[in-house]
Amino acid sequence: MRRLWTVLAALAMLSLTNCGYNAIQTNDEQVKSAWSEVLNQYQRRADLVPNLVNSVKGFAQQEKDVLLGVTNARAKVGSIQATPELVNDPGAFAKFQAAQGELSSALSKLLVVTENYPQLKSDALFHDLMSQLEGTENRITVARNRYIKSVQDYNVGIRTFPTNLTAMVFGYKEKANFTVDNEKEISTAPKVDFNPAPAPAK
Amino acid sequence: MNAARACLVALLMCWASLALAEVAVPPLVGRVVDQTGTLSSDDIASLNQKIRDFEARKGSQIAVLIVPTTEPEAIEQYSIRVAEAWKIGRKKIDDGAILLVAKNDRKLRIEVGYGLEGALTDVTSKRIIDEIITPKFRSGDFAGGISDGVDRIIGVVDGEPLPAPPVRPQQGSRSGSLSLEFLNPFNPFVLIPILIFGGALRKLLGRLLGSAAAGGLAALFAWYFFSSWILTGFAGVVTSVFTMFADSITAPTPVGRGGRRSGGWSGGGYSGGSYSGGSSSSSSDSGGGGGSFGGGGASGSW
Repeated sequence: MRRLWTVLAALAMLSLTNCGYNAIQTNDEQVKSAWSEVLNQYQRRADLVPNLVNSVKGFAQQEKDVLLGVTNARAKVGSIQATPELVNDPGAFAKFQAAQGELSSALSKLLVVTENYPQLKSDALFHDLMSQLEGTENRITVARNRYIKSVQDYNVGIRTFPTNLTAMVFGYKEKANFTVDNEKEISTAPKVDFNPAPAPAK
Repeated sequence: MNAARACLVALLMCWASLALAEVAVPPLVGRVVDQTGTLSSDDIASLNQKIRDFEARKGSQIAVLIVPTTEPEAIEQYSIRVAEAWKIGRKKIDDGAILLVAKNDRKLRIEVGYGLEGALTDVTSKRIIDEIITPKFRSGDFAGGISDGVDRIIGVVDGEPLPAPPVRPQQGSRSGSLSLEFLNPFNPFVLIPILIFGGALRKLLGRLLGSAAAGGLAALFAWYFFSSWILTGFAGVVTSVFTMFADSITAPTPVGRGGRRSGGWSGGGYSGGSYSGGSSSSSSDSGGGGGSFGGGGASGSW
């Protein structure tokens, strides 16, 4: 009888550690694939930008600053090597996020400006590009959401007993998650200014 | 007085949180779910028929949902939640599309599954919304707008080469979905029956012959359930090795014909259980097929 208990205890431990380790692997892989999807969609947006800039240029030559801002932000995004390993390096992750945030704000400035050009808005090519950009921004949101969820699963797994022991032994660290890009901007009340054109309906 | 005020505040807060609560995703009762009573039952029936015919011919799944509002969420957020809940589209092919109309918000969206993003691109979806659906919506013809929109979606998807639909609905039999669970030799549900059963066999036939017999039986089981040679070999080898070296472990188990029988049954019972679990997740008549979405598509308003 005693032997049976020993065996059962050994079995329990075996399946426990087994489960924990495998769960970490599964979650880790999930985070990786979610992150790849995020990169994928950001890349898609970056690929769209030159076309968008060109199509706007045809109608709104004088908006040099805005166009230049978008081009520069696009270049900066392109210069950061977006590798899957980025998730494990909080510093690089923050830099990547900052660059993408900059492109986002440059693009939204561009969209505000385009409101002033009715011919541009009725241009078929511009229209198509805009729907692509909208779709891509939405995909980015979805991909980021899924990434946040998968990192949450992973981090919870790593921090709760008994998997935290397994994680400690094998050296698995918590992964970086997205934060709001413009925390300061959000916490201050928006300024209402009636001089420029109203913000475009998204 | 104070207590009354506190009560009032609490109530207000409750209402506030109620007002902030997200709109629930309705159950997928048919391919067309109308929560506003906009479509007549004839409209719904003919739409349903159209979608079902297309599904039988092409395999792709299309769903229509009309809700009064998606507030406080944006239509995109709500629609991805609907897509994740309904899982429209075939599994792994992800060829589903959802036409979502938020009537009081005057907004609509076509949510496109991964597999259809090549055909039903953002641009195409936007065009369907802007050029086909919204003009009719503006004149109040909701049934016509939705019907034309679905027609157009069907037309676009029809041009996309996709895997043919199954001739008869598969009930998820002999799929490899449960094999991982079984392959894990440390899974207690697998290990314990093997140990009991193998121990009994070894007692009966001796170490070498017993373990060989246990391995053979396990292999037979594996072949019956998975019909895969690799899994069969794996199950056989692992079982015989376990049986051979698990001397000390199985000492307290009953010996003889009775023990062998019960061991066999417990193994069979377990596999039966996960069997039915596998089939319930396969596509049923009203449910989605397990397609996934990544936020593709377009939104519009009228």
